[in-house]
Amino acid sequence: MKLAIVNGLVCDPVAETLTPGGVWIAEGKIVATGSPPPDFTPQRELDARGGVIAPGLIDLSVCLREPGFEAKGTIASETRAAAAGGVTTVCALPETQPVADTPAVIELIRERAEHAARARVVPVGALTCGLGGERLSEMHALGEAGCRAVGNAGRPLANPLVWRRALEYAATYGLTVFVRPQDPWLAAGGCAHEGEVATRLGLPGIPASAETVAVAQILALVADSGARVHFSCLSTARAAAMIGAAATDGLPVSCDVAAHQLHLTEQALEGFDASVHLAPPLRTLADRDGLRRALAEGTVTAVCSDHRPHEEDAKLDVFAATEPGAAGLETLLPLVLALVDEGVLTLPRALARLTMGPAGVLGLEGGRLQPGAPADVIVIDTEARWPIDADHWYSRGRNTPFWGQTLKGKVRYTLVDGRIVHPG
Amino acid sequence: MSCVLQLDAGGRLRHFLTVEGLGRDWLERIMDTAESFESVAVQKVKKVPLLRGKTVVNLFFETSTRTRTTFELAAKRLSADVLNINVAVSATAKGESLLDTIRNLEAMGVDMFVVRHAESGAAHFIARHVAPHVSVINAGDGRHAHPTQAMLDMFTIRRHKRDFSRLTVAIVGDILHSRVARSQIHALNTLGAREVRVVAPRTLLPVAVERLGVRVCHDLDAGLEDADVVIMLRLQKERMQGALLPSEREFFRCFGLTAARLRRARPDCLVMHPGPINRGVEIASEVADCSRSVILEQVGHGIAIRMAVMALTLGAVQG
Repeated sequence: MKLAIVNGLVCDPVAETLTPGGVWIAEGKIVATGSPPPDFTPQRELDARGGVIAPGLIDLSVCLREPGFEAKGTIASETRAAAAGGVTTVCALPETQPVADTPAVIELIRERAEHAARARVVPVGALTCGLGGERLSEMHALGEAGCRAVGNAGRPLANPLVWRRALEYAATYGLTVFVRPQDPWLAAGGCAHEGEVATRLGLPGIPASAETVAVAQILALVADSGARVHFSCLSTARAAAMIGAAATDGLPVSCDVAAHQLHLTEQALEGFDASVHLAPPLRTLADRDGLRRALAEGTVTAVCSDHRPHEEDAKLDVFAATEPGAAGLETLLPLVLALVDEGVLTLPRALARLTMGPAGVLGLEGGRLQPGAPADVIVIDTEARWPIDADHWYSRGRNTPFWGQTLKGKVRYTLVDGRIVHPG
Repeated sequence: MSCVLQLDAGGRLRHFLTVEGLGRDWLERIMDTAESFESVAVQKVKKVPLLRGKTVVNLFFETSTRTRTTFELAAKRLSADVLNINVAVSATAKGESLLDTIRNLEAMGVDMFVVRHAESGAAHFIARHVAPHVSVINAGDGRHAHPTQAMLDMFTIRRHKRDFSRLTVAIVGDILHSRVARSQIHALNTLGAREVRVVAPRTLLPVAVERLGVRVCHDLDAGLEDADVVIMLRLQKERMQGALLPSEREFFRCFGLTAARLRRARPDCLVMHPGPINRGVEIASEVADCSRSVILEQVGHGIAIRMAVMALTLGAVQG
């Protein structure tokens, strides 16, 4: 199949440029960008007029919910949502039932993803058996089954010695370790940022130090173990600064932030709205602005959705009793594009944080448009406004703080390996 | 947000979930209405027919004999039919969701839920989901609010002090876990108290508590200096296990109210406590039982205040 995407602005996240032109695709690979290659007759042409042609987005933090929690979402439903959101690669977190701690579960996820054929799924294996935090998982086998990374999904490890050994063992097999930093003792019982709003609402707090203490501990262990660590879903500006300083000192560390953390603050808790019951919790305005700065400066190299779809009942209870998390695959792109409108990032840099940045964390092939690379490409109407409602939503989880709002920036086409997976 | 939920489009008090955000006029109206109900307690027949034909459900997810009893008495004195449901040992223990419990009771023709729950925001959640004719009164949710307790405290203070703008009020003890303290702070600030102080060790103070409009003291003597009212809070024994305090003995030594300490306050300083009191932990018996203590008066005022709030939210009296 020969395909041409023409008349758009082609985004190069490496050079951070937008250039009028197109992308030409044959046999699932990019053949040329900018100008058409000689003697290329496309079987189909996609008009990108008024839109931006960009690499497919790579999302480092996605719960697909299958196997085990199909009421919340399935690999088919959530990869469909990914395609609608322009996400061509999702890192599937190991919080499944059974936990993704054996090659069998990893293979099941990969097979179902291939069958659904909407997005690439890169499974993250469990760092410890059953995410129990005590016994190491068979990381070599997980690596052979296709995991590039392992993590404990924010669940605590028994003690720092287990952390050290887990990092050392993962490093042996070249696996990146995903860490959601939160000290379990400092966070125990909390459901909101320990600050002014939680004090007023009487919600048990999670202090910012729950994150920074965990980051400090892991950074010390990275120095000992040499493991490559990616900190996921930061919520505090201080943690981003600590990781930035460690990276400058030469430690092999990186970090990302969830898109909602770049917009919402603890103020959103007013009225006990369960849709903003998130983990980590929404922090202060100073944290939000600090994370935005870290993103613009490149300390934070990726934005993820931290996609956590839930069934309706999971959010239909008293705030603290509800399950934390938001469905975010379909709002990821518009929330990052909103940062462009707010002057935080240029458009190419914003797209770099959704493509090249996350690709770099795992050494993935995608994330840029270059001849010879797999044709994971999206066309974005950056000015299109669309309502976040049931008519425009694909995820099984409708648990988003942005439900009912109108956001700007819509995906017109999503291609994976040169196949059009959205719309259609 | 709370006001959006509490007041209807016509500005009528539909639910009573928190003191926060309610204007001074509302707080005074509640106290004035309570004043008018006080005589009911001394009538030969302690009843008025204002809520005749209405059904009030005391829905307690947390045990509380005193609060439940005063709500029950208040509803009965207004001639309502009252149902007491201790949810901890009924529906939700069998796996029914909170919302299903509410909907089942609503289907039985309930007009008002009085809700006590261990989680902050529970009354808000229920208020958001009840039918338009049903009112919700918060009888204490988590650490968030206990608005009728705060109002009965304000009623007691007003009875003795009249002018809030001259008052310095010290609230002493476990502010961190206290829904009562939060509601008292909002009420006192709305009513224009000159100064509200919170007195506690750092472990029992929530972060940014000063943003609620209080002065923070870690020393009881300084906190009591020239105070017109001192409100002691109940201390739970589990605070010792949670490494928040070393011992009850040390707490009493540092923050217990004794007669000697009370001399720092103004000579006519009121001593208050939402009860039940721990003698020798928060307060010495000689102070709890002294002439300046209005602790038992508070209990009596609780019935009038709860009658007022019930009558106002169900539209039985003009708000």
